[in-house]
Amino acid sequence: MKATMPLLRISDMSLTIGATKILQDINLQLQHGEILAITGESGSGKSMAALSIMGLLPRGALTTGQIMLDGTEILTTSETNLCKLRGDTMSMVFQEPMTALNPVQNIGNQVAETILIHEHTSKKKAHKRATDMLRRVGLDVAPTRFPHELSGGQRQRVVIAMAIVKHPKLLIADEPTTALDVTTQANILILLKDLVREFDMGLLIITHDLAVVADLADHIVVMQKGRVVESASTPKLLANMLHPYTRALFDASRHQVDLPVYKGGLQLVYASQIVRNYPSPRKTIFGPRPKFCALDNISFTIDHGERVGLVGESGCGKSTLTRVLLGLEDVQGGTITLDGEPVFTGKKPNLTVRRKMQVVFQDPYSSFNPRHRVSRLISEPWNLLDHQPDDPDTRIATALENVGLSALDAFRYIHEFSGGQRQRIAIARALIVEPDLIIFDEAVSALDVSVRAQIIDLIVNLSQKRPLAYLFISHDLTVVRNVTDRVLVMKSGRIVEHGPTEDVFNTPKHPYTRTLLAAAPTLPNSQEA
Amino acid sequence: MIRYIASRLLSLTLSLIAASIVIFAVIEIIPGDPASFMLGVGVRPDTLEALRDQMGLNDPLAMRYFSWVTGMLTGDFGISWTYKIPVSELVDDRIWVSLPLAIYALFLSTIIAFPAGIIAASHRGGMGDVSIMGATQFGVAIPNFWFAMILVLIFAIKLPWFSAGGFPGWDDPLLALKSLTLPAIALALPQAAILARVMRSSLLDNLGEDYIRTARAKGLTHRQALWRHGVRNAMIPVLTIIGLQFSFLLAGGIIIEQIFFLPGLGRLIFQAISARDLIVVESVVMLLVFVVILVNFAVDLAYAAVDPRLRSCE
Amino acid sequence: MVIGATLTLVFLSLAALSFIYTPYNIQSFDIPNKLQRPNANNWLGTDHFGRDIMSMVMLGARTSIAVAVLAVGIGICAGIPLGLLAAARRGSLLDELIMRGNDLVFAFPSLVIAILITAIFSPSAINAIIAIGIFNVPVFARLSRGAALPIWERDFILAARVAGKSSLHISIEHILPNITNLMIVQGTIQFSLGILAEAALSYVGLGAQPPTASWGRMLADAQTLTSIAPHTALIPGMAIVFMVLGLNLLGDGLRDWLDPRTKVARS
Repeated sequence: MKATMPLLRISDMSLTIGATKILQDINLQLQHGEILAITGESGSGKSMAALSIMGLLPRGALTTGQIMLDGTEILTTSETNLCKLRGDTMSMVFQEPMTALNPVQNIGNQVAETILIHEHTSKKKAHKRATDMLRRVGLDVAPTRFPHELSGGQRQRVVIAMAIVKHPKLLIADEPTTALDVTTQANILILLKDLVREFDMGLLIITHDLAVVADLADHIVVMQKGRVVESASTPKLLANMLHPYTRALFDASRHQVDLPVYKGGLQLVYASQIVRNYPSPRKTIFGPRPKFCALDNISFTIDHGERVGLVGESGCGKSTLTRVLLGLEDVQGGTITLDGEPVFTGKKPNLTVRRKMQVVFQDPYSSFNPRHRVSRLISEPWNLLDHQPDDPDTRIATALENVGLSALDAFRYIHEFSGGQRQRIAIARALIVEPDLIIFDEAVSALDVSVRAQIIDLIVNLSQKRPLAYLFISHDLTVVRNVTDRVLVMKSGRIVEHGPTEDVFNTPKHPYTRTLLAAAPTLPNSQEA
Repeated sequence: MIRYIASRLLSLTLSLIAASIVIFAVIEIIPGDPASFMLGVGVRPDTLEALRDQMGLNDPLAMRYFSWVTGMLTGDFGISWTYKIPVSELVDDRIWVSLPLAIYALFLSTIIAFPAGIIAASHRGGMGDVSIMGATQFGVAIPNFWFAMILVLIFAIKLPWFSAGGFPGWDDPLLALKSLTLPAIALALPQAAILARVMRSSLLDNLGEDYIRTARAKGLTHRQALWRHGVRNAMIPVLTIIGLQFSFLLAGGIIIEQIFFLPGLGRLIFQAISARDLIVVESVVMLLVFVVILVNFAVDLAYAAVDPRLRSCE
Repeated sequence: MVIGATLTLVFLSLAALSFIYTPYNIQSFDIPNKLQRPNANNWLGTDHFGRDIMSMVMLGARTSIAVAVLAVGIGICAGIPLGLLAAARRGSLLDELIMRGNDLVFAFPSLVIAILITAIFSPSAINAIIAIGIFNVPVFARLSRGAALPIWERDFILAARVAGKSSLHISIEHILPNITNLMIVQGTIQFSLGILAEAALSYVGLGAQPPTASWGRMLADAQTLTSIAPHTALIPGMAIVFMVLGLNLLGDGLRDWLDPRTKVARS
């Protein structure tokens, strides 16, 4: 009775754009009230699969096969009729809430528009329903507000309200929480789950985050390079992974490393009561500028060879701390020293201090000048030395080989490398002056799980070769737990908790740390479980 | 919102002050003494000195600047050295040719460019797009004074539909408008080509935005998404260009007025320059700059009307 | 792109050719032979003094190109350093001053001021260059600042700062190479605007003075003759249109060709 007619059935669907094969022989089914997760790494074609269901593929896309949605064959439906289905029978929520809303229309209008497009009803009634729906998705702001006045999580709620205001039978969510903080992510996921049960909707969620998948979905589809490699109900799949790629993916997410034991060392960084304010816009025209306190009385130390983690959500002051620590910005109060010498020395940087620390950034695509060759890119920190090395080519070759690249890569341009390779180059650049401290600023956050595991291995490997102190800044609790000896938890410019990593994770003391740990989705520990 | 207007007003005032200083300074450093220019060669030194006194040329610089500015604020632009009548009267006659011409041209340019830009963007790559964009490439390349000459040749000489020049005054508004039509078209078409291109590219930029995709996912057709979510967002760069164009049209009008023998500010300024009638030059330039700055202020206000982000922050 | 480059090249070579060869000497009048329609002897006809229009167009191209190139040169040499400086010191008083100064120049109707300058300092090609050049300065300053600002936010700039580099060093080594494409494209656009401006100035008699040939002056001479000898007005006008058209097409083509997005896609 139940399985007679699935809500959505995709049979043998293939998709090509130009000469490129994007999807091949996709098969999947989704029942009413069920949550189906499609997962896979970037480039696996999971978003394209979602867009083909909506009929919103880019120009030049050619689809074959069949997509049956509630008795309608999507691929043969005319554009006019697809428009009637979109927003009404099927809806979609996208990844980036910051840009998904029209900045010049208020949120009430944007939600009401979905109703007005599909129904002949009065504007007043539509707005009433829009307001109710905004409240239902947990948004307690007036519908006359504009998107720029809302936070990322609030905007995502508006997008969801817009998608479900007509009670669609199918909701597609493409990485709906990837751009959000963990605590916000947890709330949005709970909301989606509730809505599915309440409206008996089918939810197709696309995400790279296996922890989210395992937590939320009834059924999991794993994709790799445009193909479905495995599809099973969640408990079954977790218990018994058939395809090696699925296993590799889950293993990478649970990746554990053997950090060499930290033996203790002399003090390297000493930061005491740092305060960093930024002026925010004036409230009145000639009034004083109110101050926004990015770092509020922060104190910590890092010893030689010690690996310290820093955890916090967006806007907590992590990036400011990086810049202040690197001596790129002055502070309004407190002192920071490295081996006893101040890191900030006004306009003229103190090279002796600077060459003791380097940094690796999050975004492998913006970390390099696209117009320089790798050799020039990684040797840039030599600017800090009093004398350029006599054997630059050998040193560059060694630096590249140390991070698992080839010496020949020195002559290539950065766009020839993948994201993971770029992060290796960034690490090579950081290591070339043999610093005592490296700051990893969300250095693995933008990478796919398997690549992330490799980079983490590389970091651990490097610290086995020689004692290297680092500050590992991340919002990803699992990774931080893995690669650090000690951890600092930061919230709104303050360090709310610190201590040895295992202690903080096992027995968090501060309520914020507890919230953070509870919100972070976790994979069931092992396959046997 | 009030803060935004206040800050714009402040910058309006500052721009005006800065502009007036620049104009005053430029006129000051010009070689040649207007008094001796007026009296011609072979004049007696004491006569010259008397005239210099009368014209206020012997006063200190700051005082001359100050009296010039306060004069303008009260509508007193001084007395033309060649015409011997108040500059305000000279200007008053002529601005009612130049300003309507610029507005007329802006109007024509906008009503041509908007549909053209929107059609081109919504049929991207299609026949309509290709032909509109081809036409605008030519439009951008045509010098307006040459275009004016061609228009005269065709519509006034070969086909006697319009008069080749002159202005009958505003007693008969229809006739006046008719005599401004050819000059306005000559001014407007090249500008319309630019505006259409900006409109198109701005719309296309917007069509690539995430919120257009969101709108499509809601069930809006391509056309609905374009009209409801594209056009208004695309207006910001378009408004900027419209503001800039107004100043182009006012200035371009100066040359076009020559071709059509229109008694506007353009003719006045040319006559004044050749007669070294600097007070007229100074006043007309200041007036033009004033209008342009005022238009930019209006554009800033229009931004705020279009974009709620400007209303709340800043 | 190809059409644009071809048109531009044609005019450039015409201008270059005029240094060593023109079909006729335009200094000598040939009144009996005046206002000839295009024919076998004078391919593009003659003007009211009987001068060969083909030769005049070639020499006019030289004037136009010289004036426009130098005016763009002024804009680039003064504008880009100002823009880079403003970007390097973004948010500072200096930045504010530079940008407000730009706004001020923008507020002046450019043609009016160009007319003013040339009229005051006596009309000549040099003054036309300066007058047009001044208005190119804020264009390049604003554009280079606007392009430099997002690059300053990129991580590789932070990396360079970590490597202890000064903002001057960073501007030259990291910012400038990344905005060159944009500047080249804008350069061709300003070049074409310069051609138009030069034509307008010499049309009202404020550009290059006789006997130097210029397209704008040819048009001014032709104005009263349009009904009897339309070709005297049509030909120089077409020359301007095609030169500007060529440059614009070239600029558009360069923009697509140099666009880093398409570049990444190709490699």
